[in-house]
Amino acid sequence: MYADLIQFFTTNWLGQAIVILAQCLAVTVPLLVAVAYMTYVDRKVWASIQLRRGPNVVGPFGLLQPFADGLKLVLKETIVPSSANGVLFIVAPMITFMTALVAWAVVPFDDGWVIADINVGILYLFAISSLGVYGIIIAGWASNSKYAFLGALRSAAQMVSYEVSIGFVLVTVMLCVGSLNLSEVVLAQSGWFWSWFWLPLLPMFVIFFVSALAETNRTPFDLPMSEAELVAGFHTEYSAMTFGLFFLGEYANMILLSAMGAVLFLGGWMSPVPYAPFTLVPGVVWFALKIAFLLFVFSWTKGTLPRYRYDQLMRLGWKVFLPVSLGWLVLTAAVLQFGGWVPKH
Amino acid sequence: MASLDRTARAFLLSELVAGFALTLKYMFKPKVTVNYPYEKGPLSPRFRGEHALRRYPNGEERCIACKLCEAICPAQAITIEAEPRDDGSRRTTRYDIDMTKCIYCGFCQEACPVDAIVEGPNFEFSTETREELMYNKDKLLANGDRWESLIAANLQSDAAYR
Repeated sequence: MYADLIQFFTTNWLGQAIVILAQCLAVTVPLLVAVAYMTYVDRKVWASIQLRRGPNVVGPFGLLQPFADGLKLVLKETIVPSSANGVLFIVAPMITFMTALVAWAVVPFDDGWVIADINVGILYLFAISSLGVYGIIIAGWASNSKYAFLGALRSAAQMVSYEVSIGFVLVTVMLCVGSLNLSEVVLAQSGWFWSWFWLPLLPMFVIFFVSALAETNRTPFDLPMSEAELVAGFHTEYSAMTFGLFFLGEYANMILLSAMGAVLFLGGWMSPVPYAPFTLVPGVVWFALKIAFLLFVFSWTKGTLPRYRYDQLMRLGWKVFLPVSLGWLVLTAAVLQFGGWVPKH
Repeated sequence: MASLDRTARAFLLSELVAGFALTLKYMFKPKVTVNYPYEKGPLSPRFRGEHALRRYPNGEERCIACKLCEAICPAQAITIEAEPRDDGSRRTTRYDIDMTKCIYCGFCQEACPVDAIVEGPNFEFSTETREELMYNKDKLLANGDRWESLIAANLQSDAAYR
């Protein structure tokens, strides 16, 4: 009986499809819940920093607020501007949302807990996060509105600029690991929490985090949606669930980049102290805690920093981060080569 | 040296760290929010809220239809019609305030010789339709009956300064 079932789920195409579908759901549903509560945590953190209370009326401590907001977005009317390109206008938010979700396929949640354990995981993540720009560009163009268009141009230019420095950060980590497989990246960091890559590669970690802020269009790099100049940037013309998809995609992207940060620099599912009782805690819990910490820093940043001017943003990306990350990459390579620490496989 | 100093500061992110430390400190300070529908801030006795027409303690309405409030109203929100009552006293037959025109300046209250029209302490009178904000005499008298104790206390505590 069990042997039959195991055979069905491992060899039959239908069984395999069911397994993959179940895995996708097991990632997507918690992710969407996390997105919902990320908006709540965001608002609470900003409120606390500004000595306010934040949402506290819907449900105990306002815990049902994200669902009330979501319900509102679902029930509103989707307005497609008469001069917009109807098909692309609807497709754009879907692209943004989907690219934010598909990247999770290669993220290792625990030892062996990964949907697609592919050998080019880092490259895949990098490629998918670049694709996210398309949703924004298409949204800005299809809206046929000057605010949306300018916002989309800014957004695209910004995301492309900071992807360069993220690329160098990824290459540095690859050099230290000797593999593109994300599970191996985590395994290469085993040990105490100071042997995770955040300390040996501290400048790269800072550059990665700041670039992640720019990638996800968060403060201080949220000028694609600088209200004073561009109304709401590329999603000016969007309403109801089309806007909701952008919003979900944006937050899912934030969580994704936090997960990347946790995998690349904070030892993924590793416990900070490699002894019991810390190692008894499931790895997925440590992983979630690390993501939560990075997301808190995202919110904290938004509560602290004002918005960059556009030329300052470009200057930081091209004239500071690019040379610094390139320099650190060369330095790391040199240290690995001449120190005899090149990882062997 | 100065440029070295500046560069070192920029690369060590000292200003960022200081700013983040400050906001983190503020995160744990007590909140200053007045939790509005459940808690309310204090109101001055001079607060100019929703209008009310008052009565004397014996139940007689104060307004004598002198129309000073109608005359002084800068928004021309007040409309009054008057004629002698059966007992010969002069009273209003119509006293309307268009609350959507009113600018809550309090001139009507200042002009009134008998303290009949006053702006009370109530500011929570939002409605779902515009028509509900066209107050007539009945509505204003009802407001007066409802808020009389507070209005009288406020007038008395402010009387010394007039």
